[in-house]
Amino acid sequence: MNIYKHELKMLSGSIFTWSISIAAILLIFMALFPAMAADAELLNQVMAKMPKELLTAFGMTDMNMATVLGFFGFLFIFCQLCLAIQASNYGFGLVSLEERDMTADFLLAKPVSRFKIMTSKVLAGLTALLITNLTAWVFSFLSIELFRGGRSYDSSILVTILSGVILFQLFFFTVGLVVSLMMRKVRNVTPLSMALSFGMYVLSAFGGLVGDVKLENITPFKHFESAYVINNGHFNTSLVMLSAVVIIISVIGSYILYARRNILSAV
Amino acid sequence: MSIIEVNHLTKYYGKARGIEDVSFNVEEGEIFGFIGPNGAGKSTTIRLFLGLIHPTSGEAKIFGKDCIQAGPEIRQDIGYLPSEVFYYERMKVHDLLKYSASFYKKDCSERIRKLSDLMELDLKRRIDDLSYGNRKKVGIVQGLLHSPKVLLLDEPTSGLDPLMQQKFFNLVREENKNGATVFFSSHILGEVQKLCSRVAIIKEGAIINVQDIKTLQSENYKKIRVDGEGIQEKLFDVEGVTKLTRENGSVTFFFRGDINQIVRLISTQKVSDVIIEEPTLEEIFIHYYE
Repeated sequence: MNIYKHELKMLSGSIFTWSISIAAILLIFMALFPAMAADAELLNQVMAKMPKELLTAFGMTDMNMATVLGFFGFLFIFCQLCLAIQASNYGFGLVSLEERDMTADFLLAKPVSRFKIMTSKVLAGLTALLITNLTAWVFSFLSIELFRGGRSYDSSILVTILSGVILFQLFFFTVGLVVSLMMRKVRNVTPLSMALSFGMYVLSAFGGLVGDVKLENITPFKHFESAYVINNGHFNTSLVMLSAVVIIISVIGSYILYARRNILSAV
Repeated sequence: MSIIEVNHLTKYYGKARGIEDVSFNVEEGEIFGFIGPNGAGKSTTIRLFLGLIHPTSGEAKIFGKDCIQAGPEIRQDIGYLPSEVFYYERMKVHDLLKYSASFYKKDCSERIRKLSDLMELDLKRRIDDLSYGNRKKVGIVQGLLHSPKVLLLDEPTSGLDPLMQQKFFNLVREENKNGATVFFSSHILGEVQKLCSRVAIIKEGAIINVQDIKTLQSENYKKIRVDGEGIQEKLFDVEGVTKLTRENGSVTFFFRGDINQIVRLISTQKVSDVIIEEPTLEEIFIHYYE
């Protein structure tokens, strides 16, 4: 419990920053919705003239931006990007930050097992992600209520989209963690988490453009795509399962790698 | 009873050598010196004791239990002071010590107060505001606050001023008197001689010798330099003298044996300066390689 508390305290500043960012994105983007919806006809004309590639890139091919959920689905991609970067940051940094700053010596010389250290750290990271997750829920509903201007929407669709967030976060968190443990030393977390989150985003955005190879199917941006839910009423089950499998493997792998890990000294 | 047992302990980092086939025992209640130049494998050995790294082969046992399998249990009674201390920069000293104490099954607040008073440590400051020496003090308090039965000290004196060093040595002696077994790694022969009852000498990952400090001292070489005009080097060419050289009017050599013999020889000469000093560790190691 002491490690968990300590870890959570170390993350507290970051939780706050990311939650604020996500709340801001939701409120600011949704605030544009009334103007967009008012000129729906014009908007759809403009969209029709845009290159198909660009629309694919933003997942807007089958979306009607004049509807509440259509617009929300578009802006939610930016939320997902933030969530992905945050979760990757936590994942890559969970163990490696401590090794880089040499505080791992302090912690591991204490009478605790590595299993317990890992579990405490994972739970602290998970708590941080859940707080951000909750913020996303609250501000999604809040921003829609504030700016939908009487237009109706199917709230069950919104609930489905949002319930995918936790798995989406876990994907980046656990993959970041297991990759960091495969590396001998992580000097800097940010480039790695940027590479993972933007890499996955780019795959989902442009993967569809490069022919038949279904490369985009490995990215959680595809697994938890809002557009799919809006058009089908549910997620693509097999893709969600794929995410879940990756998460489980990453978690098991992380525990195994951490138990065997050599903590290298400063010199 | 042996508190620490090391049996054919070997650690490779990939292909790089850490230590090779190291075996020795540390008995209960002794202050055991572990001496060797940088890169010899001192830290590797201690890190293996702490379970920070895993042995390639062989085993280390503390309190009769394997350092990896029974790691958490063993570490309940181990105090560790690394050569370089690193702590959570944004924490206050007091919070760090409290966090550290929270891992042990006893109330350490009294000890924290006592030790920080002794080391003149300001508990209210943030870690990142502390100087190197002050961080080291945090390390000392942190390593001792749970009254460990075994102290693992990895070059503990670096960064401490002589006064603090003295205080620290007294503290270690006191802990030892109260029953703690001390494993003291260092590359400074002098401080090991001051404190330890037995020493192991490690070089290039292998133990060269384990011996009583008294034996080591009696076997110990002195490095002697005699300055003065017209001093002939052959005067000092007696039994026990090695590496006799003459340069710019000064004669330098190593001597092992009764020091009075050399003092008498020197007194027959008109000298401008005499230096008798401990040879550096490297110079001693040269002896072990001959």
